[in-house]
Amino acid sequence: MQTSFTPEQLADPHVAQSEKILRRCVHCGFCTATCPTYVTLGNELDSPRGRIYLIKDMLENGRPADAQVVKHIDRCLSCLACTTTCPSGVDYMHLVDHARSHIENTYRRPLMDRLIRGLLVAVLPYPARFRAALVLARLGRPFSPLLARVEVLRPLAAMLDLAPKRAAPVAKAEAAPPLAPALRRGRVAILAGCAQPVLDPGINAATQRLLARFQVEVVQPQGEGCCGALVHHMGREEAALDFARANVDAWMREVESGGLDAILITASGCGTTIKDYGHMLRLDPTYAQKAAQISALARDVTEYLATLDLPRQAPKGLTVAYHSACSMQHGQKITLQPKQLLKAAGFAVKDPAEGHLCCGSAGTYNILQPEISAQLKARKVKNIEATRADIIATGNIGCMTQIGTGTDIPILHTVELLDWAYGGPKPAKLG
Amino acid sequence: MSDTIEFLRPRANVLSRRDTIITDLKDLLPVDCLVHEARELVPFETDAFVSYRRLPLCVALPQTTAQVSAVLKYCNRYGVPVVPRGAGTSLCGGAIPQEDAVVIGLSKMSKILEIDTFNRTAIVQAGVTNLAISDVVGPEGFFYAPDPSSQMACTIGGNIAMNSGGAHCLKYGVTTNNLLGVKLVLVDGTVIELGGKHLDAGGYDLLGLVCGSEGQLGIVTEATVRLIAKPEGARPVLFGFETSEEAGACVADVIGSGIIPVAIEFMDKPAIEICEAFAKAGYPLDVGALLIVEVEGSEAEMDAMLALIVEIAHRHAVKTVRECQSATEAALIWKGRKSAFGATGRIADYICMDGTVPLSQLPYVLKRTGEIVEGFGLRVANVFHAGDGNMHPLILFNANDPDEAAKAEAAGNEILKLCVDAGGCLTGEHGVGIEKRDLMRHQYSKADLDQQMAVRAAFDPQWLLNPSKVFPLEGRA
Repeated sequence: MQTSFTPEQLADPHVAQSEKILRRCVHCGFCTATCPTYVTLGNELDSPRGRIYLIKDMLENGRPADAQVVKHIDRCLSCLACTTTCPSGVDYMHLVDHARSHIENTYRRPLMDRLIRGLLVAVLPYPARFRAALVLARLGRPFSPLLARVEVLRPLAAMLDLAPKRAAPVAKAEAAPPLAPALRRGRVAILAGCAQPVLDPGINAATQRLLARFQVEVVQPQGEGCCGALVHHMGREEAALDFARANVDAWMREVESGGLDAILITASGCGTTIKDYGHMLRLDPTYAQKAAQISALARDVTEYLATLDLPRQAPKGLTVAYHSACSMQHGQKITLQPKQLLKAAGFAVKDPAEGHLCCGSAGTYNILQPEISAQLKARKVKNIEATRADIIATGNIGCMTQIGTGTDIPILHTVELLDWAYGGPKPAKLG
Repeated sequence: MSDTIEFLRPRANVLSRRDTIITDLKDLLPVDCLVHEARELVPFETDAFVSYRRLPLCVALPQTTAQVSAVLKYCNRYGVPVVPRGAGTSLCGGAIPQEDAVVIGLSKMSKILEIDTFNRTAIVQAGVTNLAISDVVGPEGFFYAPDPSSQMACTIGGNIAMNSGGAHCLKYGVTTNNLLGVKLVLVDGTVIELGGKHLDAGGYDLLGLVCGSEGQLGIVTEATVRLIAKPEGARPVLFGFETSEEAGACVADVIGSGIIPVAIEFMDKPAIEICEAFAKAGYPLDVGALLIVEVEGSEAEMDAMLALIVEIAHRHAVKTVRECQSATEAALIWKGRKSAFGATGRIADYICMDGTVPLSQLPYVLKRTGEIVEGFGLRVANVFHAGDGNMHPLILFNANDPDEAAKAEAAGNEILKLCVDAGGCLTGEHGVGIEKRDLMRHQYSKADLDQQMAVRAAFDPQWLLNPSKVFPLEGRA
């Protein structure tokens, strides 16, 4: 597409990058077809092409964000289905990242919106705070229907509804003794994460058991924290970069001391962001190279497991509907490995219809956009239930929480099923 | 932005009443179904013919036929122009609005109303995408045949407006051959039904008239389409040639011998490279031109037809013949072909031509097309429905260079004239829109055009429906 930026505007590296992205778009409209919000709302303004055009207009005119633009950018799930569909290779992810930080820097949100976002940013990335908040949420749950009646309070109602009914047990650290180098097949770090260990500590525990069984040494670097995706998707760029730098430092210490073959991530939402650290920190001379190195080491756990050539197991007689998280299939373009691993482990695997469509979880989207999120959840659950599977497997805690609140079919992380299939305990959710 | 093609001057009496019109239309539509804020109108200023842009007055997104009717009735009463819009994927600017026009977008009307596999028909709302129909009836062994490359996004309403085609239309015909009926809202809001679940209806073939009328005779809100049973099997085969002329001559010979495969698609070297980079379909990169020939039927039928085609291809010094080995490979081959235009965006901006020529002229027109574009100092990639003689030269240029943009447009006009002069026509499937409007005189005599305009005026005496399109602005009645 034609663009019109002045040389002065293009001196800003963020604008220059967005201009390059915009030039790739030929406005063909293919992206509208697989966009969950366009499919749901039927308005081009809520499609990738519409948003690209809104962003283009805002940036070209050097205008602060306004309520109209913000409304439609906020409705974007960042599922990135459009980037899978786009034949022209438009890098929508980095364009919408730029738009979000532009909004954060130039637009003052209404009071309630600011408070809710402030609350999410202050609580979710910190496990202790999040755990305490969940206790409060369980107490507050009876008020959810009341809150849902007031439009600006609906996000609070959504938060209460999403909080698990029972507290997950506190994770037991199962640090395996270090393996002698001659015996070990690899040495990896696992991102401990922030929200996931609070909601479901069993996922990383299963990963550690599984890896130990296949002679992979797992280390837990000191000083790592939230990957920064949460604040990144709210446009809080500086906060996101701070999280990224802290993690880069933590992992680089490990890389330099004992060496790492990979940094494993068990939540694909985090994986997409960590794989982008190199890009996020490209303008920071002290971190650019280190961040690129860390991004190159980042792997989804299933990507890494697929390299271990796990032995084929006897059929289990169980059918698994595999739900590919958007961050997995669109963000990281990982589509085959999780299913191949499950099949090799003895599960019959089914693909639900409309697998490219988001379940509506999308980080904090189910809290900030509860209406659209609920419609997407209902559609997703309907497609999954149509497979008549015994179990749902996925690779992202957000989807597990979202889909889990809409169906009685147990939903597990792919590695929990793999751990079970290769000698680990039967997951509690399977009774 | 290009400005060679003029739009009608906005009606001052409409512009001055903008606020009233918006208030009135709000009353006719549900909440959130009227877009009118200045910022929000910008994304509607163009379609996939992005070199021309005009902001609309407002955009109505009705959810029912009754709402479409109410909006049209209002606009007709107050003389407000209307531009219908499906998914906005038009390559000829069919959905580009104008400053005094209300856009009626059908994107919220996207329900499949009835699937009747016994009678092999489906009734769908106009905003349903082309591919959605095949997706729904596929598991039952059926498909909807016309398959424009934008089929995942483009709507049935838009397909009817442009009488769209696609790769597989060589065997199955274009939209008009697969459309059985429509619900049409006339400009005064009257709702009429044309056709039905039968192949022909008594009286005038108004359905035939509406199909391809580019939104100028009314707005289609529902369509009854024909479903076709899937063949036993289908197999795309790749034929690589040294030159485009050889490939073109081979196509002419295949069709000339009375063989009609399901599809014969053509790609020249630049197009092969573009598509392979995107789809990684395994197209041969060491050839000058490629044909994707798809045959279908039982194994024996496919083998027999292929043997005949291979024999003809050898007469044209075919370099490579590669049969597709798996369903995954076949899907990739088609994905690459159908994404060709968008994938071109990876290397340059482009405008896509849509002329159709008699097959015997294919080698000559291909050669001349290359010369014309080269004459303007630009590059061209050819990827098109060769079996139909429906050419799609993509003229590559830099949209940020006004000089190149003007040259691309001029080269395009020469190519389309060349197609007409070679005994063909301006458009195979994309429609006239704004892009080819002023070339209509090259194709038609005054008497021809006057008659078409008289028909148009019979449906829309005030010329309110998509008024800047199809017919040259001068000489209108």
